[in-house]
Amino acid sequence: MAKLPPYTTTGQRIWHYTFLVICGLIFFFLIAPIAVVIPLSFNSQNFFTFTKEMLSLDPDGYSLKHYRDFFSNPDWQNAMWNSIKIAPVATVLSVSLGTLAAIGLSQPHVPARRAIMAILISPMIVPLIISAAGMYFFYSKINLAGTYWGVVLAHAALGIPFVIITVTATLVGFDRSLTRAAANMGADPVTTFFRVQMPLILPGVISGALFAFITSFDEVVVVIFVGSAKQQTLPWQMFTGLREQISPTILAVATILVAVSIVLLTIVELLRRRSERLRGMSPG
Amino acid sequence: MSDMTDTSGPVLAADGTPLKRSLAKALRRQKLRALMLIAPLLLFILVSFILPIGDMLYRSVENKIVVNTLPRSVEALSGWDADSGELPDEAVFAAMAADLQEAYEARAHTRVGSRLNYEYPGISSVFRKSGRSAGRFDLESGGPWKEVLIDLDDGWADPGVWRTIQTYSPPVTSGYFLNAVDMRVGSDGAEMRPEAERIYMNLLVRTLWMSLLITFSCIVLAYPVAWLLANLPTRQANLLMILVLLPFWTSLLVRTSAWKILLQQQGVINDILVWIGLVDDNARLIIINNQFGTIVAMTHILLPFMILPMYSVMQTIPPSYLRAAKSLGATDWTAFWRVYFPQTIPGIGAGSILVFILAIGYYITPALVGGTKGTFISNQIAFHISTSLNWGLASALGAILLAVVLVLYWAYDKIVGIDNVKLG
Repeated sequence: MAKLPPYTTTGQRIWHYTFLVICGLIFFFLIAPIAVVIPLSFNSQNFFTFTKEMLSLDPDGYSLKHYRDFFSNPDWQNAMWNSIKIAPVATVLSVSLGTLAAIGLSQPHVPARRAIMAILISPMIVPLIISAAGMYFFYSKINLAGTYWGVVLAHAALGIPFVIITVTATLVGFDRSLTRAAANMGADPVTTFFRVQMPLILPGVISGALFAFITSFDEVVVVIFVGSAKQQTLPWQMFTGLREQISPTILAVATILVAVSIVLLTIVELLRRRSERLRGMSPG
Repeated sequence: MSDMTDTSGPVLAADGTPLKRSLAKALRRQKLRALMLIAPLLLFILVSFILPIGDMLYRSVENKIVVNTLPRSVEALSGWDADSGELPDEAVFAAMAADLQEAYEARAHTRVGSRLNYEYPGISSVFRKSGRSAGRFDLESGGPWKEVLIDLDDGWADPGVWRTIQTYSPPVTSGYFLNAVDMRVGSDGAEMRPEAERIYMNLLVRTLWMSLLITFSCIVLAYPVAWLLANLPTRQANLLMILVLLPFWTSLLVRTSAWKILLQQQGVINDILVWIGLVDDNARLIIINNQFGTIVAMTHILLPFMILPMYSVMQTIPPSYLRAAKSLGATDWTAFWRVYFPQTIPGIGAGSILVFILAIGYYITPALVGGTKGTFISNQIAFHISTSLNWGLASALGAILLAVVLVLYWAYDKIVGIDNVKLG
């Protein structure tokens, strides 16, 4: 791929470069919409497109006013704090229960393993609108609809498949003789878990946690139905903003969220590479 | 051979119990321990997720409201022959008067009216109007109720109203489901609704068709990228992989708002097209709030879900196969089509089912960039939950969508295995 062998014909050469251009265009399609939002968020006008001043790189064309609006507008601030209050609690719930269950699922003899797995993964597969409808009807019955805990519970359920998938993937490479060795030397199961198994599967647990966090942090359908105005989160506020009076502050929020996802992506990638290196699966 | 012990007896474990039993006990304990670890989560998912879904499914057939609000009339109507074309007798009208009075006091007459209105348009005003006066009925000495009720609202003189009440009196109904597939209970069983009233089947077909288009455009765009990633040296592939993973990690709302801004008539894409001169300033393209907008935005959003499974399959295909095919005389195309492509089909299948499952349930993106022509069945479900408040119909539509998804989920499990789902 890197270098063309000397015997390639002209036609093959042309095709090779055309192919690279096509791939480049697809990468452009993937990244451009996200990249465009960032400069637009510094627009000094209330437009959603590049102004003449911006294109001529005039400093007057740029400003931080949309960011100032985000940090001073009580609606956006309220939404931000709601997101910050809901996502970590939902993450803790799904990670603690999910990790335990993943360890249980990776034991050699689990009855009905496939069926259990299918149930635990289902929140990821069932369309969000159906989960939202069911949860709205059912949580109203048990007085959980419109409450903080209702939203946390719903988000924890949605995050669980991600924890299960990442933690079971880490456990596949886990050497079971290590726990036996620990038990042999007199450690009780709890000590074995926290001192031997946990440190080794920690990368998987952390990336599962990040997935669960971003699921809750980005989630909008379920929170619209299960939550009330008091639990209005950042994505919800964006959704109403996009539907009703679209204000450029959304661009500033979007840029901040892109920054958050870049940070999370970096952590997950570093963890993945570290854990692959530890298990000798990847040379890099 | 003389020191060999009796081999016919059971082999014993250290504590003297037969080894077989001891092993079975250990296995049982192991199974129990695994289940104990899984139990809390399973319970949690059952309560917070599976029960709500079950509740929704139950709602799609539940119909207690009619028999609970109008118990006397339902009983009196059971003897009435709806096909006779005549109105029910005085006893039924008297029962209805008593029911209406009670319902009015409990403020339930409008609710049963709107429930029946889903099946027989116009019936809700009959209940609303008569309910108001029913509060003043003197059940002991009033009457005759046939005249009184028809006097209040001549809807009571319509046998169709009575037929609807009779048809929808059982506590369980298929009415919502029939409604969801554009059918209704007519004079002789289920029948299709008139052409103009058929909404949901068209919407379902549109949802499936657009999801197919999205899946197909994802395949076309993902294949070259996945091939490039699988054939580049690891370091470069990892760098390019970030370009795939960043959209994957970016908030759905951010990506949707980006498309909303880009595709606007005064947006960046139209600006560029006008600037190049491809499009006249007065004839800016309308590429948002229609099917095109939904397909473009959703293809972008779901593309990483196609690239990742394709990439993981292509990584396992040794490049020497292609070289071997070529050295045996195959042209580039034959080598690709006959040797490489068949091996990538599992990846295409896995990605396609995943993208299709995710696409048919989408709600946010079609709601924001789809306008009226580019919406999905999810949007209709949301409309019935929060605006029209026809929860039964919303549940029935949801149940149909769920059935489609579960069939695909089952197929995905058979083909790929849920254990093999990879993230990033």
